[in-house]
Amino acid sequence: MSVSGGNSRALPWALVTPALAWTLLFFVLPFIAMGLSSLTAHEGGRFTLANYSQFFTDASYWRAMVNSLEVTTIVTVISILLAYPFAWILAEMVPERWQRLALMLAVLPFWTSYVVRSYSWLLVLAQNGVINRALTGIGLTAEPLQLANTRLATVTGFVHFFVMLLTLTIFANLKQLSPSYRKAAADLGAGPVRTFLHVVLPLTLPGIMVGAFLTFVLCIGDYITPQILGGNNELVMPQLVMMQIGRRGDFPLASALSIILMAVVTIAYLACARWLKIERA
Amino acid sequence: MTINARNPLSTLKSRLGAACAATALLIAAGGAQAADLNALIWCDHSDPALLQPFEEANNVKVNVKEFEGTGAGLAIVAQSQPGDWDVMVIDSIDVPRGVEKGLFEPLPEEKLPFADLFPEVKMDKSTIVDGKRYGITEKFGYNTIGFNKTKVDPADMESLASLTGDKYKGKIAIYDYYLPVIGMAALAIGKKTADLTEADLPALKAELLKMKANAKLVGEVTASQTALATGEVDILVGGGEWVTAGLAKENPALDFSIPKEGAVLWSQSLAMFKDSKNKDMALKFIQYIMSPEGQARLATSSCYWGMPANSKAALTDEQKKILRFDEQPGFLARAQAYPAPNANLDKKMQDMWTEMLQAQ
Repeated sequence: MSVSGGNSRALPWALVTPALAWTLLFFVLPFIAMGLSSLTAHEGGRFTLANYSQFFTDASYWRAMVNSLEVTTIVTVISILLAYPFAWILAEMVPERWQRLALMLAVLPFWTSYVVRSYSWLLVLAQNGVINRALTGIGLTAEPLQLANTRLATVTGFVHFFVMLLTLTIFANLKQLSPSYRKAAADLGAGPVRTFLHVVLPLTLPGIMVGAFLTFVLCIGDYITPQILGGNNELVMPQLVMMQIGRRGDFPLASALSIILMAVVTIAYLACARWLKIERA
Repeated sequence: MTINARNPLSTLKSRLGAACAATALLIAAGGAQAADLNALIWCDHSDPALLQPFEEANNVKVNVKEFEGTGAGLAIVAQSQPGDWDVMVIDSIDVPRGVEKGLFEPLPEEKLPFADLFPEVKMDKSTIVDGKRYGITEKFGYNTIGFNKTKVDPADMESLASLTGDKYKGKIAIYDYYLPVIGMAALAIGKKTADLTEADLPALKAELLKMKANAKLVGEVTASQTALATGEVDILVGGGEWVTAGLAKENPALDFSIPKEGAVLWSQSLAMFKDSKNKDMALKFIQYIMSPEGQARLATSSCYWGMPANSKAALTDEQKKILRFDEQPGFLARAQAYPAPNANLDKKMQDMWTEMLQAQ
């Protein structure tokens, strides 16, 4: 009796042990190491809070976080605004038999290398690129516009990627939505716009929020796109982290900046989780 | 009897045997790898045209790991086991950093062609520590002004003042490496790169901000090259033969100048690790790289071109012309070394660079 009781208690632990071990080895321990590193001086290795105080007292460091948040917010909002109608068209207007193909075409950009895609955008947006040639060719602008090496270029590169991600999460949400909700709304006299605003949109908000959170996390932690497309005309947090490692091998300062970035992502996650909880309640 | 008809135990034994054989092969291969040469290098050393002749002549595999910047290189070493690496490419001025960490082995000067090196690039002040030579300069060049001579007046490129004037506003890119560009800012305000102190930082910052105000972008190697090659910009601050020479065939309009204020000399060295398990092969590799043939291949590497440190490098006349080989004595006379700040000043310089990048 006691043996079988022990077994029944041991089984769940045995099942979750691999996952726990994985998390311990590849998240908890590295995180502790990073935390300890962030509290040591680059030279000498003594305990210090200087790496954190550098961030809060140096305007150019603080500015990197502001840039990151601004770029991430702009990218997330634009991506949602573009992805929602796209997902709607896919889910509601494309015949069922074509939906799989349409989805595959929609995610095609994911199949190419992230770096290659970013450099491609650089060529498209360059002074002699496709857009500027077209604009000057049809006489809309006399001189080429500065599109590459700007925040606009960074946002464009990000949006191209994240619209696809958001489309997937919103599409999945729309497909799960029972048609009876809309029929019921119509029976009660609601027109298409009212049905969308008061029934469909609120019910697809979880899909939007999940996609938006993924966009936020991936965007705020990305180094490649701002580095290639932004022209280093402003720094975001991942670039600042890379500078500390690549130039001076300053792992303690890089660790402190990474933990601060992680704290911001955690706050975003908690806000998102809390909102989803409220919605479910 | 066919294999399909064998009993499961026999099949299992057969497959276990095959697995054991495969494991033995892997172990043997692992053993062979221990005798390979492991090199921490910059991208110019990963060119097969450079490595293959050495590998074939010595029946050895050169395993390379690329990095950019001494900080990144030393970080890789710090995360490795002693003996993992045999040789390293390092900025000549940073050789003492490796020596301080106890990483490098003194080089046997009598076995290397020091007499053939351009005297100005031997960099004895940094490659010799406590009377022992720890690094040998293999390649050098200039962080100066790279430009498209069909788009800008070459005469303007003879002065660093043109970088902060209005004439080329928005046509300029800045190479994203703080030390050489800070060195150029120092030259522009009449300071010697070797004498920079903390007191010079405000004036240097003001000069950097003027450069930034004129710049379209601040880019690392690939971004800078791409910007100049595609016509996105016409001038590259910090550029030099390392940008223009490799692109000379595709774009002969690209050139570089050594302004009247001077230019910053970059110089890369080879060092051998003290804990190398393969010091004989490491020395052979350094000897190969420093040989006239190795020097020519390194100088014209597909990643970037640069001047060979060995004046007897087996370059063709055309390659010498592209590198402006015969003009080197004059260039070297006007060039100054990379700033070599101590740790404290280095941190302040990098923070100043960060401020420059963030400036709108």
